[in-house]
Amino acid sequence: MAAVTSSETAKVTLPGDEQILITREFDAPRHLVYKAWTTPELVKRWWSGNRGEMTIAEIDLRVGGAWRYVMVTDGGFEVAFHGEYREIVPNERIVSTEVYEGMPEGEALNIVTFTDKDGRTTLTVLVQHASKEARDAHINSGMETGMQEGMDLLEQVAVSLR
Amino acid sequence: MARAATTTDAFNAVAEARRRQILDILATGERPVNDLVRLLGLSQPQVSKHLRVLREVGAVDVRDEGRRRMYRLNAHALKPIHDWVKNYERSWSERFDRLDGVLEELEEEGDGGGDE
Repeated sequence: MAAVTSSETAKVTLPGDEQILITREFDAPRHLVYKAWTTPELVKRWWSGNRGEMTIAEIDLRVGGAWRYVMVTDGGFEVAFHGEYREIVPNERIVSTEVYEGMPEGEALNIVTFTDKDGRTTLTVLVQHASKEARDAHINSGMETGMQEGMDLLEQVAVSLR
Repeated sequence: MARAATTTDAFNAVAEARRRQILDILATGERPVNDLVRLLGLSQPQVSKHLRVLREVGAVDVRDEGRRRMYRLNAHALKPIHDWVKNYERSWSERFDRLDGVLEELEEEGDGGGDE
């Protein structure tokens, strides 16, 4: 597993039946967080976390423009997401749709805000689903990824034992 | 997977907004039913119905104190929900830890303002 250098954790709450709210503070100015969030070659370096490699990060950052992210887990499992930008306020707010291509009938709306405070930045991601079922399935998909990660680790261990 | 009945599954028990409100109130301490009726603005039968569902999944415990029935939260029964959210939270935390690294580099590059 990769070394974790930060003790900050994302805070996830479920403010409404159809919502997920993710909050995290960053020790960096707002324009840099925005830049890392919206620049394809930078997104590729963080978005997949410890769970694999991003193979595609396409960002057409304008209202009506499309985005698409694809990652491949170390075990070869591919996950893809895409959507459309609905509202863009540079360095402040991005509203976009998001579809997990494994469940294309469920479209969510992501409202991302960047708030500046003494050179630090608070990031919030509010995911608004159309139904509680879709919201719950979304969180469960995180669980599947977690399980996938476990399987990947197991595979690594197995390979090292050969 | 078959859908669990409302009364046997913590997820379904908290799927109802009023029941979550009851849990929020009980999180601040033990309360008699009358308090819940007053705070929620519901009728006593409605509150009792919700409390029954919460009791059946173990989310609340009840005891008699004289003529009053006192309800309190049993947070342990809600642990499956907590774990479920925690896993999702962990995947975002890993992602943001990576983002920290990217930001650190951008700052070292002296990316003081605007585009490169």
